Amino acid sequence: MTSTTALHAKHLEAGAKMVDFFGWDMPINYGSQIEEHHAVRQDAGMFDVSHMTIVDVTGPQAKAYLQYLLANDVAKLKDKGKALYSGMLNEEGGVVDDLIVYHFDDTNYRLVVNSATREKDMNWLNGCAEGFEVSITERSEFAMIAVQGPNAKEKAATLFSAAQKEAVAGMKPFFGVQAEDLFIATTGYTGEAGYEIMVPVAQAASFWQGLLDAGVKPCGLGARDTLRLEAGMNLYGQDMDETVSPLAANMGWTITWEPADRNFVGRKALEAQREAGTDKLIGLVMTDKGVLRHGQKVRTENGEGVITSGTFSPTLGHAIAMARVPAGVGDTVEVEMRKKWVTVKVVKPSFVRNGKSVL
Amino acid sequence: MSNIPKDLRYAASHEWVRPEGDGVFTVGISEHAQDLLGDMVFVELPDVGDEVSTGDDVAVAESVKAASDVYTPLTGEVIAVNEDLEDSPELVNSDPYGDGWMFKIKAEDAAEFENLLDAEAYESTLDED
Repeated sequence: MTSTTALHAKHLEAGAKMVDFFGWDMPINYGSQIEEHHAVRQDAGMFDVSHMTIVDVTGPQAKAYLQYLLANDVAKLKDKGKALYSGMLNEEGGVVDDLIVYHFDDTNYRLVVNSATREKDMNWLNGCAEGFEVSITERSEFAMIAVQGPNAKEKAATLFSAAQKEAVAGMKPFFGVQAEDLFIATTGYTGEAGYEIMVPVAQAASFWQGLLDAGVKPCGLGARDTLRLEAGMNLYGQDMDETVSPLAANMGWTITWEPADRNFVGRKALEAQREAGTDKLIGLVMTDKGVLRHGQKVRTENGEGVITSGTFSPTLGHAIAMARVPAGVGDTVEVEMRKKWVTVKVVKPSFVRNGKSVL
Repeated sequence: MSNIPKDLRYAASHEWVRPEGDGVFTVGISEHAQDLLGDMVFVELPDVGDEVSTGDDVAVAESVKAASDVYTPLTGEVIAVNEDLEDSPELVNSDPYGDGWMFKIKAEDAAEFENLLDAEAYESTLDED
């Protein structure tokens, strides 16, 4: 059974090429994936991300529950609307999923988790809630549209009411606010400024049309993947999963170790991993012809690794990748491409931000 | 439905062939093939002077999505390659039967052309996909 979002008819109307994405019939592109990519880097593009799962966590122990559930610590969230990126780990210290949590107050939070792992995540959230006084409520009545790019905020604002404009005025990155019928957040998955906007399903198509009329280019999952990879953002299921430590997925910064007595799921295993050392997620750059791709073998002086995500970077004009390799590799590694071993450069796993190369 | 010009012949592996006279044939990939691959980012072409045999992988069409071998549909000598694809691989997407051509081959046996699929037969292979 294939699921469709509230914007499905709009995608077909625009002539999108549709693909099955973990049970969802979603647009991969509307013509040229590269043009869509450039639109986000240079102007404004939008993505239907309604397939993602929105979950509200409320109740007197909402904060305590999330402090137990997540490797990052929601106690860091002091301001209303502030968001946090975190991994949700299993007892073995593997990543069940990565997510964003918005804080409204200590009894009221909103999570956005991946669509591909929806059922597993809901079971996990409910399983971990045992003994906590919390309610966990999926909010499937919302569609979600990500509007991203240097002109995204300005173009999106043409659809906002006076109250909504006031609500987002001066809003810093990684905040969300409910403003009348819209939940507007300064988050994204592209490395550009913009919003992720939750809109009631009934209004989704007209809101999308409004953005089209404002000159926002519809973008598919293809461009979403090249944009997030340029930005050095992980894709769950590819760059990490239940068998991978966040320490081996460039997610060390999302683990809050202090206070040491905060018990969160996976903490013990994670401490042991930290002690023993783990593989590392690195960035790779290849300026010669060819494209680095997921699954290609990597050879380093410390042993073998693998490319977790690779692509042609439309912004940089050459191949980039993220690879999981043994710790302590040098300035170059070798990648097996089409039966040949090619030397490529090692960089931090972040390539483009705000339209510009960070290499 | 994909555009499949009647005046060309095709290989089941999605190359098209156009006779230019004097045993010379131009080769590219079909609109259907470029559509499957998506935005082209590199095209690796054979060298002029290469002696190639039918079915050899002689070129690589690399898109955002995948790298795909291109096979020569005829035996002969490569006498020209489309150097514009070096800087503008997207020509394969925008004009697969025109400016997106890949290489020209001087066939050893021009009659080999007749064994290739005509537009109708090629179209029927797509229906089976």
